Amino acid sequence: MAGKQPSKQFGFTREMLPVGEAVPALVDAHRRKAWEAYQNLPYPTTREEAWRRTSLRSLEVDTLRLAGDGQSAGAPSSTPEQYLTPLTEGRAGGRAFLSGQKVAVDLAPSLAEKGIVFTDLLTAAEKHPALLKKIYGQILDPEEGKFAALTGAFAPNGIFVYVPRGVDVDQTLHSMFLSPGGGLAHFSQLFIYLEEGASLTYIHETSSTVGRNGISVQNDFLPSDLPNRPNVGRNGISTEQNLSGENFEIYVGQGANLKFIELQTLGRNVWSFGHKKAQVGRDAKLDWVVGAVGAHLSKHFLSLDLLDQGAEGLVSGMFFANGKQHLSYNTRQNHLAPNTYSNLLFKGALSETGRSVWRGMVYVAPGARHTDGYQTNRNLILSEGARATSIPGLEILNDEVRCSHGATVGKVDPEQMFYLQARGIPHAEAERLIVQGFFDEVLDNIPLASVRERLTNAVLRKLT
Amino acid sequence: MSELVIKNLFVSVEGVEILKGIDLTIKSGEVHAIMGPNGTGKSTLSYALMGHPSYEVTGGEVYLDEKNVLEMDADARSHLGLFLAFQYPVAVPGVSVANFLRTALNAHRKAQNPEDKGISIPDFRKLLRERMQLLEMDPSFAGRYLNDGFSGGEKKRVEILQMATLDPKFAILDETDSGLDIDALQIVADGVNAIQGSERGILIITHYQRILNYIKPHYVHVMLDGRIVESSGPELALRLEEEGYEWIRNKHDA
Repeated sequence: MAGKQPSKQFGFTREMLPVGEAVPALVDAHRRKAWEAYQNLPYPTTREEAWRRTSLRSLEVDTLRLAGDGQSAGAPSSTPEQYLTPLTEGRAGGRAFLSGQKVAVDLAPSLAEKGIVFTDLLTAAEKHPALLKKIYGQILDPEEGKFAALTGAFAPNGIFVYVPRGVDVDQTLHSMFLSPGGGLAHFSQLFIYLEEGASLTYIHETSSTVGRNGISVQNDFLPSDLPNRPNVGRNGISTEQNLSGENFEIYVGQGANLKFIELQTLGRNVWSFGHKKAQVGRDAKLDWVVGAVGAHLSKHFLSLDLLDQGAEGLVSGMFFANGKQHLSYNTRQNHLAPNTYSNLLFKGALSETGRSVWRGMVYVAPGARHTDGYQTNRNLILSEGARATSIPGLEILNDEVRCSHGATVGKVDPEQMFYLQARGIPHAEAERLIVQGFFDEVLDNIPLASVRERLTNAVLRKLT
Repeated sequence: MSELVIKNLFVSVEGVEILKGIDLTIKSGEVHAIMGPNGTGKSTLSYALMGHPSYEVTGGEVYLDEKNVLEMDADARSHLGLFLAFQYPVAVPGVSVANFLRTALNAHRKAQNPEDKGISIPDFRKLLRERMQLLEMDPSFAGRYLNDGFSGGEKKRVEILQMATLDPKFAILDETDSGLDIDALQIVADGVNAIQGSERGILIITHYQRILNYIKPHYVHVMLDGRIVESSGPELALRLEEEGYEWIRNKHDA
């Protein structure tokens, strides 16, 4: 009904839970557990510390329907091929596409021969239950949050990656989660498991396209000359809001090496929630790169556990909020063993009435001596109405550590601007150059030119 | 033949009057030097000519080929052919020297001809390589972030590289010699001389006479307390080198 106050409860019921005899036992059990957690957890409000600056009040939770439950509205209007090809430069070792219940995965035979598993969750539960058990629900507990629970319970499927011991995957693997339509809740999951000494570069993207009834919603990366039409009414009553829920579980075994790049290029009708956790073993290394330019509102929890000596975790992120976008990250670097190293750098640009919230935490457990933990968040404010909040945190439970945090919120340096203008570069172009330069430190960590270019183009589009 | 005409220029910074009526005319092919002790307004003149927003012009006129420079933003002044080699070049992390220079060059081309599609990458590389050779710069410089972590000498060399690439009608070298050792100064001066001809006017702003041994001025002016108090030929610089500024100060205080 028009004018109705948004409900604080989702319309999802026990009857909608995809469990039963047709579902693999492993998945069935996890969904039931997640459903329990979902019921026990309150709907997040700004009274909770972690959500204090991110309000879900205008999310119309009760009108959202599950994507891929037979509603044709959820079907992507293009083929997976069209989405994946530009991302992979046509030479990926494997590609996965997930949207509602639609799933398509391919893997180069040469990689399959090495024992690499790259498939969807349901297939993995049937064919590789022993491998899936190593990670599914092992790192991320559904109890950790309302959206972690919701995603765990209702995600129709997921993508599972397994790299056996000592295997160096010399071609990149890619996946894309697509959340098309409007008035839909899309839930998806990603599981990556690297055995001892394995090595992999993985690129993931979460995106969305055209809204329900063909109404376009602005997407920062898919070029479109259609106007931005957020909150267009469905039958004149509801909205085109979409919800995207994502759970990631990542494990990097002893001496293994994972480069993980994730992009978020969702349309402006999407409310995006994520719980992403990685564990890094002895002498292993995770290099995690985040690029986020889309969504109406996004709240993501990123967590890194350094489990054993010599574990190393690098996290670098770039985000850009313009229009009415609200992008929020809670990051955690947990040093659980001695001689571990972590370094996090998040850089954000904000324009128009864009808003960002970053809360970081470096935790050093008792006994985790000789650890180095660093966190930095830098924000560039490009308009009077834009705002960034940056809250670093340290919780250090022993003495022999080196930890630091830095957080800045600032405008473009007028001296830089004058210097560029004095060389004949007009104001708007000088600003573009400075913003591109600001992000270069993060983009430089992305090994694929095509991916760097997509993010750069999204940034440039926001500046015009 | 171009002409840069400064007439009775008054400039204030944060409400404090620094320049108190500067008159100076520079023609193509001429090299002028403005000398003077620190704090007399030499750098204020260079920033004001280039259009720094913190420098408020409170009186006077500046014309380049009869176009009123003071009405223009810094980028338009640059398009018109004015160039300032900064005393303290600003670092722009994340933006490479090559990317920056190509953007600047294309902005100039577009200002001349709105239809211009920009210099082709191979042509630009060739141009940059030639100019860098002239200044004895390692080609790897092109890929480094602009002035980020550069030594004093490197920064000054990149300023001259920009000048050599943008090919201005009038160049102001603001204390380009400061922070340079003799070898670096020689290279920078050789670079300036190599591209100097009858087409360009140069204004050297300096505290010391040293740079004038390498770039020979036609005229030397002395600035004191926001005014040009003495103008003469190159011999004036030598006298200042030997006797300092005291005699001029005494002469004008008297």
